[in-house]
Amino acid sequence: MPGKLKVKIVAGRHLPVMDRASDLTDAFVEVKFGNTTFKTDVYLKSLNPQWNSEWFKFEVDDEDLQDEPLQITVLDHDTYSANDAIGKVYIDIDPLLYSEAATVISGWFPIYDTIHGIRGEINVVVKVDLFNDLNRFRQSSCGVKFFCTTSIPKCYRAVIIHGFVEELVVNEDPEYQWIDRIRTPRASNEARQRLISLMSGELQRKIGLKVLEMRGNAVVGYLQCFDLEGESGLVVRAIGTACTLDKLSSPAAFLPACNSPSKDMKEIPFNEDPNPNTHSSGPSTPLKNQTYSFSPSKSYSRQSSSSDTDLSLTPKTGMGSGSAGKEGGPFKALLRQQTQSALEQRGGSPHRFCRRREFPFFTLTAFPPGFLVHVGGVVSARSVKLLDRIHNPDEPETRDAWWAEIRQEIKSHAKALGCHAVVGYSESTSICEEVCILSASGTAAVLNPRFLQDGTVESCLEQRLEENLPAGCGFCHIPYDELNMPFPAHLTYCYNCRKQKVPDVLFTTIDLPIDATVIGKGCLIQARLCRLKKKAQAEANATAISNLLPFMEYEVHTQLMNKLKLKGMNALFGLRIQITVGENMLMGLASATGVYLAALPTPGGIQIAGKTPNDGSYEQHVSHMQKKINDTIAKNKELYEINPPEISEEIIGSPIPEPRQRSRLLRSQSESSDEVTELDLSHGKKDAFVLEIDDTDAMEDVHSLLTDVPPPSGFYSCNTEIMPGINNWTSEIQMFTSVRVIRLSSLNLTNQALNKNFNDLCENLLKSLYFKLRSMIPCCLCHVNFTVSLPEDELIQVTVTAVAITFDKNQALQTTKTQVEKSLQRASTDNEELLQFPLELCSDSLPSHPFPPAKEHLESASSNSGIPAAQRATSVDYSSFADRCSSWIELIKLKAQTIRRGSIKTTVTVEKASPMSEGNFRNRSAPPCANSTVGVVKMTPLSFIPGAKITKYLGIINMFFIRETTSLREEGGVSGFLHAFVAEVFAMVRAHVAALGGNAVVSYIMKQCVFMENPNKNQAQCLINVSGDAVIFVRESELEVVSSQPPTANCQSSCPGGDVTT
Amino acid sequence: MTNELDIFVGNTTLIDEDVYRLWLDGYSVNDAVALRVRSGILEQTGATAAVLQSDTMDHYRTFHMLERLLHAPPKLLHQLIFQIPPSRQALLIERYYAFDEAFVREVLGKKLSKGTKKDLDDISTKTGITLKSCRRQFDNFKRVFKVVEEMRGSLVDNIQQHFLLSDRLARDYAAIVFFANNRFETGKKKLQYLSFGDFAFCAELMIQNWTLGAVDSQVDDMDVDLDKEFLQDLKELKVLVADKDLLDLHKSLVCTALRGKLGVFSEMEANFKNLSRGLVNVAAKLTHNKDVRDLFVDLVEKFVEPCRSDHWALNDVRLFLNQYSASVHSLDGFRHQALWDRYMGTLRGCLLRLYHD
Repeated sequence: MPGKLKVKIVAGRHLPVMDRASDLTDAFVEVKFGNTTFKTDVYLKSLNPQWNSEWFKFEVDDEDLQDEPLQITVLDHDTYSANDAIGKVYIDIDPLLYSEAATVISGWFPIYDTIHGIRGEINVVVKVDLFNDLNRFRQSSCGVKFFCTTSIPKCYRAVIIHGFVEELVVNEDPEYQWIDRIRTPRASNEARQRLISLMSGELQRKIGLKVLEMRGNAVVGYLQCFDLEGESGLVVRAIGTACTLDKLSSPAAFLPACNSPSKDMKEIPFNEDPNPNTHSSGPSTPLKNQTYSFSPSKSYSRQSSSSDTDLSLTPKTGMGSGSAGKEGGPFKALLRQQTQSALEQRGGSPHRFCRRREFPFFTLTAFPPGFLVHVGGVVSARSVKLLDRIHNPDEPETRDAWWAEIRQEIKSHAKALGCHAVVGYSESTSICEEVCILSASGTAAVLNPRFLQDGTVESCLEQRLEENLPAGCGFCHIPYDELNMPFPAHLTYCYNCRKQKVPDVLFTTIDLPIDATVIGKGCLIQARLCRLKKKAQAEANATAISNLLPFMEYEVHTQLMNKLKLKGMNALFGLRIQITVGENMLMGLASATGVYLAALPTPGGIQIAGKTPNDGSYEQHVSHMQKKINDTIAKNKELYEINPPEISEEIIGSPIPEPRQRSRLLRSQSESSDEVTELDLSHGKKDAFVLEIDDTDAMEDVHSLLTDVPPPSGFYSCNTEIMPGINNWTSEIQMFTSVRVIRLSSLNLTNQALNKNFNDLCENLLKSLYFKLRSMIPCCLCHVNFTVSLPEDELIQVTVTAVAITFDKNQALQTTKTQVEKSLQRASTDNEELLQFPLELCSDSLPSHPFPPAKEHLESASSNSGIPAAQRATSVDYSSFADRCSSWIELIKLKAQTIRRGSIKTTVTVEKASPMSEGNFRNRSAPPCANSTVGVVKMTPLSFIPGAKITKYLGIINMFFIRETTSLREEGGVSGFLHAFVAEVFAMVRAHVAALGGNAVVSYIMKQCVFMENPNKNQAQCLINVSGDAVIFVRESELEVVSSQPPTANCQSSCPGGDVTT
Repeated sequence: MTNELDIFVGNTTLIDEDVYRLWLDGYSVNDAVALRVRSGILEQTGATAAVLQSDTMDHYRTFHMLERLLHAPPKLLHQLIFQIPPSRQALLIERYYAFDEAFVREVLGKKLSKGTKKDLDDISTKTGITLKSCRRQFDNFKRVFKVVEEMRGSLVDNIQQHFLLSDRLARDYAAIVFFANNRFETGKKKLQYLSFGDFAFCAELMIQNWTLGAVDSQVDDMDVDLDKEFLQDLKELKVLVADKDLLDLHKSLVCTALRGKLGVFSEMEANFKNLSRGLVNVAAKLTHNKDVRDLFVDLVEKFVEPCRSDHWALNDVRLFLNQYSASVHSLDGFRHQALWDRYMGTLRGCLLRLYHD
């Protein structure tokens, strides 16, 4: 499907003075796409040139359209010497490639130079004409929609959620090429910017291909990151969730128009895995060949090569089967039946289930109601690798294998929790010199298989009308067998339905489900930790790090648990643990939103026990601390309005017998298998959580617990999408980024001092935010996202991005509104039997000893024939550690009866309202672009805009910028430099969104902010990577006006969801 | 532990009005923090001094970055870097171009040159306004002056268009530009009692009636330069005092009309010839640039001070001036009625404004 790209350069404004003599500029523009370049005429002597060029036309492959950015360079013409570059604009034309997104890119773009920053603006118009061409061997994936949003986008409905897609490309980092010694910093920066842009395009195209292959039409929860590995290369990797989405306005569920080369694909039915423990296969697995029908690296001339993690370490287990491998038993059989019947229904086209995903992972954090059946708890895995030992650094295989290993581990943890899927899944890295920590985490869950396959949805919809289900609280109930619990937990009967078992605490990485019953409000809970580490080289370093990691995880977990109890809450959502590696220390930062789930038991308090009871003054001290803690808990309960109804023991029933001795976890390090550490991560004591103060360290811990200051009154904060307990949002929002770097004095480098410094840094940062945003009170900081990095020996950098949203304190909770939303998302509900199935399954499925995988894995690692011994030694296997993580992984979820009310009727009205708003909006969206004054573009890390309705998604925004200076002092020092740069990045994002015709970016995220300085040389450099979804929104107040008009043009404007044009 | 780097950037640029004022007033970050602490903000918000310091630094950096744009306000409207709601933009501009009364009195009518800029130290010491703030205000005057100096069209409109100021402020700037261009002396000791408002009032009247723009709205510099031809013609008024008959007749007309109405009639009668000579001579001297500059000194010396020493009430001055200008129409031998009106109309307004303690 080739296409024609058309570009017109209209005008420039506010250009810098390039000719000192005349104080003017003779500007012209080069427009480059691929290898073709066009030039405009020189517009003499003006800072506001009017080029009004002809249409420059590029005839290109759609493959290039997806990969290449449009590059616009503004230059100053010089008769005698070389022309001076003023700056560049890179335009990602991807949004023009799908039918439902933008049709034209037109507007003022800041002209950006990596040394000088923004230098004026240029007005550009870009259009694309695509020609249909049904080439089955095509390499492009035009038409697949990408969303950063980690839930089903607001104006779509999920027909099928296919599952995990990932891709990784590697290239040499231009900054480390030999040529970098002789070229200017500007040339080097531009080479890097362009390369990353190219690699992102390529990555996105390849992911798109995988999606088409799975017969999906969209990627939701798309997260792309780059790893600056230094000498060994530059990696761009992405994960996402493939879906088939359907535009809400279209009446029927659409299946993707047949455009994928699926005929080539072998049908791989559910694999009856012969081996329940899947760890035996290494990278050399014979199953390797079960990959895609095309090898993407085939026809690429570019250096970067592609990856396929399909070096599958594992036989494919049916995701849709909702089972944990073989143990699936009856449940699986049932599912098979279902799918088979669906299959027959569809006239026996077996190709539709071409391929089951090997990793049942979902990057989504919020789900259509009914999707999530049970939540098992957090699963995570980390692995320490050495970058300088990659055999073939230019090829992605090694990294693919690394990630595959980690994913495999995650999968097995989930299985250990009796879950067949992982939701809220994310991956990250931390690199310091040649050491790299790879991390992955998610929430083990049992999902409703109906969403994972097609053909059943229609019937589900019908079912929904028939069945009037009572509220299931299934999703807070444990998915694993209570007698064979994978880790010690205190189980009670659900406080909501009193039928099923729930754990005492639940940790998850997902957002609070919309129908969960929460008592009171939530709050941001952070655990912060530093550990010193000796400077070391290579293996010694990696070993030291892997030895530290389990202790860090343990302490982070303990801190989280303590703080949660101190708040009087019993569940964590949106948990994100970041471990950062530096030259001489490791930092751990965990953020989550604590809530009180009505279905879980009331948390016990915290009890302090002294070790030396005969010391009188000590005793007194201890009791004093105890009192302080009790006071704090009481105060917090009041602050967060936690007052659960009293329930007498009898109603709950007899306590469940404590799990037996296997609550002790066996944990071991793969390096030192002789040394077996026994850690008990269980904090499941019934009444209180006992803290023993036996040394100063413990004292510190208790003190640090009490030093966390609650936000000033009128402020709330959380790191999830919305604040549990607040839903009367008003429309004012303020997204911000704050960066702090502190320098540690090298004298006080002890763990305690370090911890205190880090703690103060975070607390002060939060205090500053509250102070700065005080004019918005009452307000809530949502989606608070902390990132820690260690740019140098004694520097700690913390970057925070969040959004402050005002809410109306007086207005009564708008329950109706939220219910409409709930009902909207609710595509189907499950029936009781299904909900309970996994529970029953688990009881016979889990093997008698809870942690075979860990052991097996160790064995397999050591005996693994696929990896040469030498290499194995270098890549310190940290994998077994993850098993412990699964222990502090807690669970369950709660569904309240009350929420089920009032859905279907409201659904109808809402669905009716949506198309016309869309239709009408087209007309009204035009004026703001034409207007000369700058239109407001909102930015938010959330997937929605309070008080407004998103009517259209215009495409993904994914931008990467480098800024460098050699005059740091003159630009106001490091703060001045970075402040200006961040402001410029925002400006460029806004300009791109505005040019697409949008007025907001949702799911905005600053994925990277790498800052390096050299004050002695008066230099600094910073790299920033941001992404988000460009959208058009309409205020709800305006919407009412619109919807009162007769809906005339609604059908034309709303393209059917599955209609993928290629 | 020191903060090496500390920034906060909002999608909508945060503007704290109080900090903006401190910044405009030229306080250093530390002074501004100290002043904020004194305002009791810590108690109100429960913040710490460190938080305040960080917040102040952030705002100062933002203002510093905005300053470049504030130099050409239309740029602020069209720039893409800072997303600022229009009402806030207006506030930023208006406050940036606002000036201190004490400062403007010091430089009003002076050449806006490097020389004057060097004297800003002294002005700062004298007025207690920080040097930084003095510089900003001075540079504002100079910038506005440079832009509108040679532009055609109404001075106030030009200023408003290029600097997006409120009507009020644009008028003030018009006065400043007008004074700077004509270099009216305003610094003499005897003029110290006059406020900027007094001068601005006079400037507006003069711009309306005495400039080129008053006759022809299509010339360059129309509102900035005085109408040279008009100034030349003013010599013709000399006949009013040179011709003894005319002067006597004028006096008798005025005295007849005002008898019994004026509290200071006898003083007026005794002083009439002096006053009239003063006023007419001021007019006749305006052909020389030097004398134009001394216009206000002359007016005060020749009219305001004599009247004040005789304790004229303001109403007496009004009655006198009205009668004084009107009576000329009855002087048959005087042919320059229109010229007289153009001169005296403005002068009467000015004198009334200038006549106070």
